[in-house]
Amino acid sequence: MEEILCREKQVKILRDIMGKPHQMTPPALFLYGHTSTGKSLVLGSILKSSQVLHVIVNCVECYSQRFLFEHVLNAIRADGAAILDTSTLIKCDNMSDFVRLLQQEVVAKKLDMQTVYIVLDKAERLRDMEQNILPAFLRLQELTGLNLCTILVSEIVWEKYRFGTGFLEPLVIQFPDYSKDELVEIICHDRPEDYPEGFYNMYVNLVLNIFYYACRNLKELRHLVTLNFKTYVQPINSGEATMGDTKKLWKHIEPHLKKALCTLYLREVSSSQWERYQQEIETADNVGLQGLTHRSHVELPYYSKYLLIAAYLASYNPAKSDRKFFAKNSGKVNKKVQLNQAKKKDRTSNHMLGPKPFPLDRLLAIFYSIVEGRVAPTANIFMQITSLVSLHFLGHATGEDQIEQPKYKCLVSLDFIKAVSRTVNFEVTRYLYDFA
Amino acid sequence: MGKSKKRKSVVEKAVEPESYPDNDKDVFDSIQTYLRRKLCQNARTTEIHGLEKERRDLFELIKRTATAGESNSVLVLGARGSGKSMLIRSVLTELTADKDIEQNLLQVHLNGLLQTDDKVALREITRQLKLENSVGDKVFGSFAETLQFLLDALKSGSQSSKPILFVLEEFDLFAFHRNQTLLYNLFDISQSAQTPICVLGVTCRLDVIELLEKRVKSRFSHRQLHLFTSLPFEEYQQLFASVLSLGKDFPVQSMASDWNKSVQALSKDASVVDVLKRLYEVTRDVRSLQQLMVYPVGLLCEDHPRLQAADFQESMKMLSTDSKAAMLHGVSILELCLIISMKHLCDIYDGEPFNFEMVYKEYQKFAQRRSSMQVFEKPVVLKAFEHLIALELVRPMEQSHGSRVQKEYRLMSLLIHPSQVLTALQKYPNCPTEITQWASCATAV
Repeated sequence: MEEILCREKQVKILRDIMGKPHQMTPPALFLYGHTSTGKSLVLGSILKSSQVLHVIVNCVECYSQRFLFEHVLNAIRADGAAILDTSTLIKCDNMSDFVRLLQQEVVAKKLDMQTVYIVLDKAERLRDMEQNILPAFLRLQELTGLNLCTILVSEIVWEKYRFGTGFLEPLVIQFPDYSKDELVEIICHDRPEDYPEGFYNMYVNLVLNIFYYACRNLKELRHLVTLNFKTYVQPINSGEATMGDTKKLWKHIEPHLKKALCTLYLREVSSSQWERYQQEIETADNVGLQGLTHRSHVELPYYSKYLLIAAYLASYNPAKSDRKFFAKNSGKVNKKVQLNQAKKKDRTSNHMLGPKPFPLDRLLAIFYSIVEGRVAPTANIFMQITSLVSLHFLGHATGEDQIEQPKYKCLVSLDFIKAVSRTVNFEVTRYLYDFA
Repeated sequence: MGKSKKRKSVVEKAVEPESYPDNDKDVFDSIQTYLRRKLCQNARTTEIHGLEKERRDLFELIKRTATAGESNSVLVLGARGSGKSMLIRSVLTELTADKDIEQNLLQVHLNGLLQTDDKVALREITRQLKLENSVGDKVFGSFAETLQFLLDALKSGSQSSKPILFVLEEFDLFAFHRNQTLLYNLFDISQSAQTPICVLGVTCRLDVIELLEKRVKSRFSHRQLHLFTSLPFEEYQQLFASVLSLGKDFPVQSMASDWNKSVQALSKDASVVDVLKRLYEVTRDVRSLQQLMVYPVGLLCEDHPRLQAADFQESMKMLSTDSKAAMLHGVSILELCLIISMKHLCDIYDGEPFNFEMVYKEYQKFAQRRSSMQVFEKPVVLKAFEHLIALELVRPMEQSHGSRVQKEYRLMSLLIHPSQVLTALQKYPNCPTEITQWASCATAV
């Protein structure tokens, strides 16, 4: 069995509970814990090393009961090997047949003397399948009469699985999170050969200092550690510092890591982009890093832009303020006093509560009052509204099938609408209730 | 019938390879094997605690069907783990011990979890009865044909034909089938003078009668057996000892009396009694008691020859951990800050739903003014927020796909009780002091 760090207690508990292959096991186990706390790793290596028949099913892949049943049955028949001859595949589409065929297969393989394990990974998806799947799998030992154990692996706590009249409760085992020291130990386990352990340990600690508050996911941290190591040792390679110069190295890496937090960690840039960026730093001076969100600028037709701005104003301004903003003959001084009074009454801004729905009439009225020149209400204008909906800039507020008086919501952010209004020389903040 | 027999034989085979062990290691191995078999689901224990009257009623009823050709229907009701299936199993074992009855009585076992609609159920019935339109394990014909065939076969019989016992487990699920065709037909046959059948429904729903359609309800005999376990604590304690004891069928009897004495002593041990009392107050069903024993029994080996009170305490600790608190222990500081912000929002606005923008503003108020901590950017905070949603600690108010809003504005509700947050904070490793203070002063900004 391969070495697993910091999970000795869980390995022991699981081994004790599973026992020897010929002994009976509890009908169902439920393992839960945070992402990357070694649930699948521990379970997989225990099952592998104890050489018992086991099937590991990912419930995301097997999204319907048919796939789930056939996967389990065929894996038992093939004993883990890939099946090449597709004509011998077992077909099964209901639970009743599944139980019968499972008995047949296991008895046919002379495996009824030892425990068979069925591992259902990402078990929270079972809740979305037919209602009988989860209770039946938990009771599979009783239903088949075999020495069989179902193991559910999940990130969600067990309380969220219960429904209906209840079912056979599994034995719940928790996988606790790794502490900071354990994380360092695990990440240091696969350090590059040519650097001493103390040095690498220091580096991992530095990375964790930046990221640990935001993220405790081992996979993510490990990924960040390996990607940024090159930059960390760059001063040493170029001869500017030695391995002992901890302060200098820290000064060098800190801004770099902070940048990684808001780009790489959020997948704004891909890992390969990040690596290229690091090389460019070495050769030339800083080259700008364009993330995914910076590319969100969209070219729209002229009227679409105004329609979108009008929709934004309609969504984030209360309807009663329309007269103050858009009516031709309201005095400007008067407006400001009224606004301030109104503002004091409701203190939470609309930009915190989100967009409000508005009817089509209001959208068109605002559109005509802000757009320059005369625009005829042709079919094109209405087409542009529907195409804004299909681009997900606008959303239907009520049922989509309403032809008369449809209601919409504007689904774009303030930054986006500011960029759009800048291109048509329209100052959108002057018309916004929260900012005016 | 074939099915239940097959099931049994599979289990018995698994036990056979016990040879007489000669050294200590094998003895503990066989003790463990023996106890594990007692604890698992397949254990065909037929001993029953305190259900003698119900058992007698059921026995008489089935016996009358089997011998006198009387048609009956009965519902067995009781909470999960109250021994419904065990009762039936015990009655059937005693009945089939009689050679005449064993040959005369046909059994059909159906389960609402497996036979999810009437079509599947009919196929299963024909298969278990080994009728002519089934070859081996395959059943031929459409639903209508099978039903017609089955009804003809049952109706052509008279009082003298072989009686059939239908055992319907998870009976309430059968009531959700379309038109309740299966139930209607079964109860109809039991009411008319055709083949003698006994319909035995097993369910944990007390209001199951209300689920039946009027025509089905009127054909049901309204005979119900309620199994309520009223186990006093002394018996519960004895049950604990009897489950862990080695019986007469244990291969190495020389060990048994010694072992049983130690188990008796263990059941009187103060700390074990304490653990049992705590479990008894939560639930009285036997299954949770068995669950408690799984871990200590698994520990048995040469170096650990006897069950110890400490093992049971450890096992109880495993069973009774608050899973949400355990999950809160593993979230990052940023996520913890968000949870505290949400808790404050719930306190201030009296349980009103909130969205990400509000939580972020609350977090910013704290992070910028009152702490020395790193202030994270909005996208990083949003990622943490989404992780909380993925863990189902926070839930979107409505899963409406029609009117979607940006994820910042989706209304959420917190699924953690404020007291849980506070207890989790106390256990959180290296929690910064300012966060604890912020969490405890509710509305002060």
